[in-house]
Amino acid sequence: MKQTVAKTEPIAGSPSGASSERPLVALSGIGKVFSNGTVALQDLNLAIGDNEFVSLLGPSGCGKSTVLRLISGLGDPSVGTIAWPREHDAGWRPQRDLGFVFQEPTLMPWATVFDNVLLPLKLAGAAKSESGDRAGEAIRQVGLAGFERSYPRELSGGMKMRVSIARALVTRPKILLMDEPFAALDEITRFKLNNDLLALWESQRWTVVFVTHSVFESVYLSSRIVVMAARPGRVIADMPIRAPYPRDEAFRTSPLYGDICREVSATLHRAMGERA
Amino acid sequence: MSADAGKPSAVYDADKPVFKTEAKVLGLPASAWPRILLPITIGIATLSGWEAVVRINDIPPYILPGPILVGKSLIQDWWTLFPSLMVTVKIMALALTVAVVGGVTLAVLFTLSKWVELSFFPYAVVLQVTPIVAIAPLILIYVDETWVALLICAWIVAFFPILSNTTLGLNSADHNLLNLFQLYGASRVQVLWHLRLPSAMPYFLGGLRIAGGLSLIGAVVAEFAAGTAGSGSGLAYRILEAGYRLNIPRMFAALIMISLTGIVIFLFFTFVSHMALRKWHESAVKREN
Repeated sequence: MKQTVAKTEPIAGSPSGASSERPLVALSGIGKVFSNGTVALQDLNLAIGDNEFVSLLGPSGCGKSTVLRLISGLGDPSVGTIAWPREHDAGWRPQRDLGFVFQEPTLMPWATVFDNVLLPLKLAGAAKSESGDRAGEAIRQVGLAGFERSYPRELSGGMKMRVSIARALVTRPKILLMDEPFAALDEITRFKLNNDLLALWESQRWTVVFVTHSVFESVYLSSRIVVMAARPGRVIADMPIRAPYPRDEAFRTSPLYGDICREVSATLHRAMGERA
Repeated sequence: MSADAGKPSAVYDADKPVFKTEAKVLGLPASAWPRILLPITIGIATLSGWEAVVRINDIPPYILPGPILVGKSLIQDWWTLFPSLMVTVKIMALALTVAVVGGVTLAVLFTLSKWVELSFFPYAVVLQVTPIVAIAPLILIYVDETWVALLICAWIVAFFPILSNTTLGLNSADHNLLNLFQLYGASRVQVLWHLRLPSAMPYFLGGLRIAGGLSLIGAVVAEFAAGTAGSGSGLAYRILEAGYRLNIPRMFAALIMISLTGIVIFLFFTFVSHMALRKWHESAVKREN
């Protein structure tokens, strides 16, 4: 069996401090076999630390969404462990410290923007007045103030995604899991949402795990890119992105951005070529 | 030319939105009128033709009454027929209520427990496929109270559409939303209340529209069965009675009342459905393009 070519670079000058401190979440020796026999993941190791913006990048079928679902607890790994080293620390609230943004906005069509965003707090049985304020705050954060009473069908695709993000943020999570959230949006909207997401992340500094198949998007956003290969799904490179924040549209056209994209792209192509 | 100078010219004004305005005739858009006038014309033509055939051939009313005579007996017999109609409507409404409560409850139990579904669903199907005309006489034999027997018959036919549509609706909840609820640690009751029931709403309302009409049919069929057994006071019984007396105009009048009731029930539930869904469901939302 072929070993994974883990390209481990020293993490220097990057905002990620995953290896030095206790990670937020640590996946070790993870394997996942679906009931139809497909090996989705094999011997996957990944530690994610505070304040990181980690992108899981890879071709379709490499199990990046599966990793996200395992972290969220929506599925159990066939082998291996997922550890939350700070589980017993004070201030850690199980369930509510996770935010999940799906590929689709996944809103309840019968509920207003406000009620959609309020849902996680309602399910957690939070006090009404406080959760109302929190929902309002989350809606403002994603730039949808004034649309509280609108129904999802009255919103554009980008706005629906903003609602979905607001819903994920309303519990003030420590870690935000995003599964190709902007894949279905047009480029202009996607760039705008990229910028808004980065601005939010820089001010709030939760950890983001972002699944994408776009090299350009992952380089623009991430502090660290984990490149994955398919069949079986595994990590083949873990690359810190040494570009300073804040990043803006100027970064998109900078030589540094081009260089990093080229490097990540080459790694990704190696990952895909390896498959055969 | 000077003649054109005084007219408002068709200059595009960026500040004013451009609307395609349709000429209104008597307060309704012109395109709406054919939809109203055409069926009315056809109706009047048919009734006139019917009346003409009856008069020209001098057909006696005990064979075929003309529409004018039917109209007359509808007015004359109103106070005989109307209380009977109310009896039928009461049975129908009661049966529908029981069908809604029972159907929704059972559908909820089905989604909460696979065992309940496996155990009971086949019998729900048996109830549905057995013709009501065939069971009604039996029910009338074993149930002493006639109105209870009628209620059971009407309930049997109204129950299944509610049950099957609601079950389908409860299971049609978006899988991603189900995942989301699971992620936030929602209890089964929370999933049911906040996700499954709202998802099932359009399906339930569709079932309700079918069940509304069916419960009327069920009530009428059961009354026929009861009527042949010599008891009853509903509208179907009036039809039977009038038939024995060769009072054909009254039979037609009673028939018209039943049909109109059916239409009213249908329109009522269409309206209810529209009001419940107009904010969010594709079926009730106006298309804009």
